[in-house]
Amino acid sequence: MGKLLIREARIVDPSQGLDRVLDLFIEDRRIGAIGASLPGKGVSVLEARGLVAVPGLVDMHVHLREPGFEYKETIASGTAAAAAGGFTAVASMANTNPVNDCAAVTELILEKAAHAGMARVHPIGATTRAMEGKELAEIGEMVAAGAVAVSDDGRPVEDPSVMRRAMEYAKVFGITIIEHCETLALHPGGVMNEGYWSTALGLRGIPRASEEIAVARNIRLAELTGARFHVAHLSTAGALRSVRDAKARGLSVTCEVTPHHLLLTDERVSTYDTQAKMKPPLTTEEDRQALLEGLRNGAVDAIATDHAPHHQDEKDDDFDSAPFGIVGLETAVALSLDRLVRPGIIPLSRMVELLSSGPARILKVEGGTLAPGARADVTLLDLERPFRVEPRSFLSKGKNTPFAGWELTGRAVRTIVGGTTVWALD
Amino acid sequence: MRLRQKDLLDIESLSSEEIALVLDTATSFKEIGTRAIKKVPTLRGRTVVNLFYEPSTRTRVSFEIAAKRLSADAVNVSVSGSSAVKGETLLDTVRNLQAMAPDVLVIRHSASGAPYFVARRLEAAVVNAGDGMHEHPTQALLDAFTIRERKGTLSGLKVAIVGDLLHSRVFRSNLRLLTCMGSEVSIAGPPTLVPPEVEKLGAKVALSIEEAIADADVVMMLRVQKERMQGAYFPSVREYFRLYALTRARIELAKPDVIILHPGPINRGLEIESAVADGPYSLILEQVTNGVAIRMAVLYLLTGAGAAES
Repeated sequence: MGKLLIREARIVDPSQGLDRVLDLFIEDRRIGAIGASLPGKGVSVLEARGLVAVPGLVDMHVHLREPGFEYKETIASGTAAAAAGGFTAVASMANTNPVNDCAAVTELILEKAAHAGMARVHPIGATTRAMEGKELAEIGEMVAAGAVAVSDDGRPVEDPSVMRRAMEYAKVFGITIIEHCETLALHPGGVMNEGYWSTALGLRGIPRASEEIAVARNIRLAELTGARFHVAHLSTAGALRSVRDAKARGLSVTCEVTPHHLLLTDERVSTYDTQAKMKPPLTTEEDRQALLEGLRNGAVDAIATDHAPHHQDEKDDDFDSAPFGIVGLETAVALSLDRLVRPGIIPLSRMVELLSSGPARILKVEGGTLAPGARADVTLLDLERPFRVEPRSFLSKGKNTPFAGWELTGRAVRTIVGGTTVWALD
Repeated sequence: MRLRQKDLLDIESLSSEEIALVLDTATSFKEIGTRAIKKVPTLRGRTVVNLFYEPSTRTRVSFEIAAKRLSADAVNVSVSGSSAVKGETLLDTVRNLQAMAPDVLVIRHSASGAPYFVARRLEAAVVNAGDGMHEHPTQALLDAFTIRERKGTLSGLKVAIVGDLLHSRVFRSNLRLLTCMGSEVSIAGPPTLVPPEVEKLGAKVALSIEEAIADADVVMMLRVQKERMQGAYFPSVREYFRLYALTRARIELAKPDVIILHPGPINRGLEIESAVADGPYSLILEQVTNGVAIRMAVLYLLTGAGAAES
């Protein structure tokens, strides 16, 4: 296994409080040293002047669709898309077919991921058997097989007694319960945020209270049980207030937000474009501003994509019939650089934190740092590189994005997993 | 003058001039319906497909008669007899219809926005004959035609719209048309059936039917759409009738020359008293007559027949 010297990169590593142009030396799949003018003799050298080296980015919320929905995405295509988007690791949700609710499925996912050899995959097991919200899944078995958290993402655990037991049970494994917070009974048939636009378009609404009720309930259950609880794809100002409040009271409560909720509002639905249909739905400008503020003030712990590939035939339908969800792995970094960092909403170091050490800490997985001895998962960014969002050229099988045609500046140009370049631009 | 767009998908994208153009055109077509031979050769050789994914009697027949009076070939495709029950997607249905090169596709669909999906993929002119809870533009046009015929204008009127507003595409189209033409729209209904933030669309939300119809020039009653209701929106028919039905007593609150409209089909004894529906202020059947003229005008203007002759 070779040695690699990444020379003269601007190293941005919030875990070490580092933002300087230095050399990064990788040896035996781990970070060997960081320093000025490290010796390059006998090692392969990567000239990285003008590039930014950051801890390998982690997307803690993706749907790889395999097993069961290989026509939407496979572990191979999804992890290739992750690498092409600058992610060295992803956490994959359990709503496959069969559901990842037992060790056999967890093992299958890990085997396929290892075989693909692109981004690492951290499987998330189901909270309940078959994601039916009734009986607990074999959480201990899945954790032993490599699951890093549990979630029934895609649907909420509606019964509070089941959620309570899941939280109590998960505690012994030290893992986090990730929950898709939605109160389904509140809005039968809802397809978009309830408000002016749902009225104007005649589409059934999902009130923001749907998420807020579920977040509040689950925080209260986390308090009751002492569990680690994480809100997936948080989208409303009210839900974020609950999370901030929980943190202030010292609870182990965290949350993630998606790039699309940070950048789009429900007005985007106005042409009935099914690329703007996802759960939770796009909300209002007031919510969007609250989420941006949450990035700044620490209420938000991670940016995650909720990468949800669908076949074009499924999205090519009327708004009510099309499935919820959009892809995100190959747009998240460019969107964050261009729309969050460039206008000064957050500094680059904060973006890196939200996309690496933040999610790594929640999932308790290795990563999120370039400290010597750490696994050599590194993402190289070019902050000046123009990037036009072209769904046709995505490595993901899913082309379903509301960002098609967006002209962005800045993107990932090289993705290094365990010291090996798994993807590079050009 | 013509319509600017290929399709008629909603009222929202029509200008007041375009609305007036449709109404004026319909005026000349209305006369044809009074003749012994109710047919003109205007659209001879044109094909109009009526694609109905939802049950409809009035609207489907109205479009069919309109097409036939203009000598177009009209074909009706209804969901029960079509490929949709065999699992064909909307996209494939549209592609197949396109392959048969119709000139106009009239579509009714239970999904809001479905006509936009179709119009983007079809060369033919698409007419929205009602999409989910979104719009029903030809209904609003025929309502406006009926009002204008009686009141001489669409500007400065006070129009009350009462009933199941939440599920009503007729309401949304009428609200847009009437406010665009300069009338004031007051609405009333059970708070559970008033759409959120509807005042931003220009409606004045009244707290009671009495408040909404006070001094009204026009009262438009909406059907309670039980088929679109998922769950209970009001406690009972009896209570709905007591609080929101149009009764003879309530008509006294409106202007003496008030006219009463209802898009049909009516639920007698639920949102409207039979004596009112059949009474002297009611123009419910006149609306149906005018519907044919409006749809003739729309077919005529969209096929470009108007441009060819003028």
